[in-house]
Amino acid sequence: MNAIIPNQYAMPDADGRFGPYGGRFVAETLMPLVLELNQAYEATKGDPSFQAELDDFLTHYVGRPSPLYLAERLTAHHGGANIWFKRDELNHTGAHKINNCMGQILLAMRMGKKRIIAETGAGQHGVATATVCARFGLQCVVYMGAADVERQSPNVFRMKLLGAEVIPVTSGRGTLKDAMNEALRDWVTNVADTYYLIGTAAGPHPYPAMVRDFQSVIGRETKAQMQARRGKLPDAVVAAIGGGSNAIGLFHPFIEDAGVRLIGVEAAGRGLEGPDHAASLQGGRPGVLHGNRTYLLQDEDGQILEGHSISAGLDYPGIGPEHAWLKDIGRAEYRAATDVEALEHFQLCSKLEGIIPALEPSHALARIGEIAAEVGQGGDVVLNMCGRGDKDIFAVAKHLGVEL
Amino acid sequence: MTTSRIDARFAALKAEGRAGFVAYVMAGDPSRDEALEILRGLPAAGADIIELGFPFSDPMAEGPPIQRAALRGLKAGLTLKGTLELARAFRDGDADTPLILMGYLNPIESYGYDAFAADAAAAGVDGVIVVDCPPEEADPLTDALDANRLSLIRLATPTSDDARLEVVARRTSGFVYYVSVAGVTGVKEAQSASVAPAVERVRRASGLPVAVGFGVKTPERAAEIARVSDAVVAGSVLVDEVAAALEAGEPAAPCVLAKVRGLAEAVRGARVPETV
Repeated sequence: MNAIIPNQYAMPDADGRFGPYGGRFVAETLMPLVLELNQAYEATKGDPSFQAELDDFLTHYVGRPSPLYLAERLTAHHGGANIWFKRDELNHTGAHKINNCMGQILLAMRMGKKRIIAETGAGQHGVATATVCARFGLQCVVYMGAADVERQSPNVFRMKLLGAEVIPVTSGRGTLKDAMNEALRDWVTNVADTYYLIGTAAGPHPYPAMVRDFQSVIGRETKAQMQARRGKLPDAVVAAIGGGSNAIGLFHPFIEDAGVRLIGVEAAGRGLEGPDHAASLQGGRPGVLHGNRTYLLQDEDGQILEGHSISAGLDYPGIGPEHAWLKDIGRAEYRAATDVEALEHFQLCSKLEGIIPALEPSHALARIGEIAAEVGQGGDVVLNMCGRGDKDIFAVAKHLGVEL
Repeated sequence: MTTSRIDARFAALKAEGRAGFVAYVMAGDPSRDEALEILRGLPAAGADIIELGFPFSDPMAEGPPIQRAALRGLKAGLTLKGTLELARAFRDGDADTPLILMGYLNPIESYGYDAFAADAAAAGVDGVIVVDCPPEEADPLTDALDANRLSLIRLATPTSDDARLEVVARRTSGFVYYVSVAGVTGVKEAQSASVAPAVERVRRASGLPVAVGFGVKTPERAAEIARVSDAVVAGSVLVDEVAAALEAGEPAAPCVLAKVRGLAEAVRGARVPETV
């Protein structure tokens, strides 16, 4: 059932469902807050003054539109379709995360919230949140797994410079999942003044739809830029997937364009055949966590398993509910890349294109050669370069046995 | 859906003119056998109703005490299936004490709603509290529970206004659990003055008895809540007794049951029948 009828794709429904996925599975204390947020978002998103304000900040503060760049040497290396990079790593703060943070912070201020909380894995969402909080003078508390604090120390320092309080989370294995639990515990405790700025297109409704909408600027620009440069749509758009926000932002404006393949690349960690990966769609099954029903890494009893990836930004046992739906209906394809492959392509891209990618898009880079080959010469594939690799150089050096 | 054991127990409490004491313990904490020993000792120690937590890896509404208890339960290998076996073992020796399972939705999703409801009913469970399953998401689970005559017990909170209470009260039975503070379990203590009017509102909206929990740690506090509610719930303070016993190298059951006795006595002595 691959058929998406043009102008008919209107997911999610009023209850935040994408087919069986999504929803609002939160503690009762949070339900009024989640409903209030939905109302506020519905009232705001169509408000031209809100969009104008957001567009202005995206242009002059974030640096949008990001370029669409033809990666000629990588294209030649792989020998297939033209490989284009959507350069979201050039955004202020070095990743796509700021697109969403800018939208949500403007909404939070319209709602009169004074205290912002966020979870972060690689630290990119934490940095982006701390950045917009600094810009607008709001208190910022970021929950970050203790293991991630360790492996992403430059981002921890950045957040502190920006005035955020970074709280290391030691429960569980100390990664993104545990940081999200702790952020939810904070929110349930500070219901009156706190806005939870979720960083990925997951969580209770309206977050999956709202984060997607704010990230869809990626896909809208890509569409317009490809039309301008090539006079056509791309044949495939490709993005790495952890929670899936950069991918859904790229995919969403193309969902009704049946000729455009949507390809997400999950983190296969040490391999999909073992337990050490973060590929919820390919190695998990549907369940409920963190406010939504979606594909999860879980055991037979429904206990959530810890994901593993070399990339702290992909290391999450769930996935945004819209990806779960797009997978089930066959509209998007999902592949995976291992830690080793990501490291290899991190280096290849650095050497061939003079662009040091983050470890997250390095997973997409690991699959781009075969996708370019499938599409064939003369075709066009767009890879979302969702983050730059500065934050990862210490981790990569360690894996390569280099002492800095 | 009415559930005879829960309704009978609240009717008896009303006749006695006192509030009930609800003891929350975690399945498998610190081991399957010791958890069963605790469960079997609870009614004699003064628990009128038992809430049996089933462990979940990501208990996002719990404070540190119950988070740690869940980890101990998981470490002891207690799955939802194991929790149901524990419930059945308890029920074999106690025909009257209402037994409520409390936890998170994903283990139930994984088990399957219908299979879970049927097996829980067969194990002698009376009701279920699912923290992350609000009314908007609860219909399929409620259908399965109804078909097996199990109560779905809902939570009301300080953030529930009157309109929300109407939603909360829909398709619920047995009693309503009033979470007296906005927060996770076992951390903050509610202002006593705010509890009484809230309990009244919840009673009016639901027509059901109201149990009050979160932050009940001392007999004095339990007595205060008992004066204005139909039942008092204590959990974190009990699972902390398990942790303390483990640390001291002592058996857990006597420590937990001694704590239950103190709290239950305070609840029983809180109200003079003619004043209510």
